[in-house]
Amino acid sequence: METLSVSGLRKSYGDLAVLAGLTFALRPGECYGLLGPNGAGKTTTLRCALGLTAPDDGTIRLAGLPVPERAREARRRVGIVPQMDNLDPDFTVAENLLVYGRYFGLADAAVSARIPQLLEFAGLAGRADAKINTLSGGMKRRLTLARALVNDPDLLFLDEPTTGLDPQARHLIWERLKQLLQQGKTVLLTTHFMDEAERLCHRLAIMDKGRFIAEGSPREVIAAHIEPEVIEVYGEPGESSAAEWARAEAGQFATRVEITGETAFCYLTESRPLLRHLADRHGLRYLHRPANLEDVFLKLTGRDLRD
Amino acid sequence: MNYFRPPSLSLRFVPVWRRNFLVWRKLAIPSLLGNLADPMIYMLGFGYGLGSLLPEVGGLPYITFIAAGAVCFSTMNAATFEALYSAFSRMQVQRTWDAILNAPMALDDLVLAELVWAASKAALSGAAILAVAAALGLVASPLALWLLPLVFLTGLAFAALGLIVTALAPSYDFFMYYFTLFVTPMTLLSGVFFPVEQLPVALQALSAALPLSHAVRLARPLFSDEVPQGAWLHVAVLVADAVAAFWLALGLARRRLLK
Ligand SMILES: Nc1ncnc2c1ncn2[C@@H]1O[C@H](COP(=O)(O)OP(=O)(O)O)[C@@H](O)[C@H]1O
Ligand SMILES: [Mg+2]
Repeated sequence: METLSVSGLRKSYGDLAVLAGLTFALRPGECYGLLGPNGAGKTTTLRCALGLTAPDDGTIRLAGLPVPERAREARRRVGIVPQMDNLDPDFTVAENLLVYGRYFGLADAAVSARIPQLLEFAGLAGRADAKINTLSGGMKRRLTLARALVNDPDLLFLDEPTTGLDPQARHLIWERLKQLLQQGKTVLLTTHFMDEAERLCHRLAIMDKGRFIAEGSPREVIAAHIEPEVIEVYGEPGESSAAEWARAEAGQFATRVEITGETAFCYLTESRPLLRHLADRHGLRYLHRPANLEDVFLKLTGRDLRD
Repeated sequence: MNYFRPPSLSLRFVPVWRRNFLVWRKLAIPSLLGNLADPMIYMLGFGYGLGSLLPEVGGLPYITFIAAGAVCFSTMNAATFEALYSAFSRMQVQRTWDAILNAPMALDDLVLAELVWAASKAALSGAAILAVAAALGLVASPLALWLLPLVFLTGLAFAALGLIVTALAPSYDFFMYYFTLFVTPMTLLSGVFFPVEQLPVALQALSAALPLSHAVRLARPLFSDEVPQGAWLHVAVLVADAVAAFWLALGLARRRLLK
């Protein structure tokens, strides 16, 4: 089964190079993550892959067809959860699914027969006749996911599927995505939540300013780019300053130290000497944990705010 | 990519047309009343009120004269409102177009659906005014049934023009310019309320360039059991308007949404 492959993808808006040469391919049945701060080019990558905008350069194949030339046909095999909800506010839950199925040329009877199952999957059983504006954010997101499944796609594209949701709602979406992966669907997911990527993605790429700056499985990316352990050190208000301590002493224990405000992040391969040191220091609190994707992400894309 | 390449037409527009129809059906009565109120007020108020003070206008009782104008005016209005406000809200506010473009639909299918939908709604408005006029005994013969294809064609022409404006509009406010600078003057210059011949010669020439004039010149004779003079020319102008404006609107929409 052919999924998505992209090679040498470039796209500029005016002087801004939004995509600066991306190459990647999805393996059938995997969840592939595009991680990046706001403005990294995640949505633009998806729009190019779907043929909704023409790249300046590069080749794209989606579901075995060249894009953008035959993108419209390729989208038959794809389900899409867009970054911004665009459910039809004038329709009920069930009508949203029915009408969307028609865009795929599906017969009303065929879609109607699937609606109970789709609503069950989305945790919206019994809500078929509800108006969209009575649904919570999480319900709307799940309905959008159900809508993306109306054509029983092989491939799913999800653009920040859990942004703005509370933890319960996020976990429910993750569970559903895992079920879909178990059914053999291939998933392309964008996110800026590292825990989401670590949990769901078989492979991922961290992108910034239109480039991939790391690619691989979550473990591979962590192993390749960062020390395995982290000790976060905080000062006690009015007693001692973690920043001062870090500047003066942390260098002898940690491979790398990052100071942001009143927190020192010590990255290290051997944690015991620093732990012994901190045990004798009063006025400093600390948290010892394995390095995670977020550490890699912040190392590679910096700690500056992106708006 | 050439945004202004020719439209590629397909029957894929039908499900999108049906989507709009399904929304409309939920609000059909208020929507139809809203579309009809203005032209009815003009037709009945001016037709009977002003008409009682006037001798014949253009060789007709004023109420008959204005009924033909009201059919065209109502059609134009309905097509314009749908192609401006409603289409803009689907494109920009509700993002309905984005959702549809994620399905196996081309923008060409979507804009064609908006065109045909707005024309359908406009034709319904025009036909409703015609029905009222017929009930008032203002229609001379079944020749007036030709008004039904005419209002659909008129709807296509004005829907296509409206979609150009929508494809360019940054916000709803932009539509005021279109009404103030184009729709309102055109209504006054196209023989809806008084014969074009009453205008200064220079304005008569301008009037001949306006699509609404051509619709009115077709509609009025059909009310009085006459075959319109130069009918094919008027039809050709409306068809050319619809085709050219649709092409331009689609090109602008592609440039806006697919960049
Ligand atoms: N249609 C557009 N016109 C101009 N600039 C755009 C357009 N779409 C996206 N951009 C710019 O491209 C960059 C990447 O945007 P996007 O792909 O939406 O990023 P992400 O989804 O990773 O947040 C941003 O700087 C954005 O402003
Ligand atoms: Mg985005």
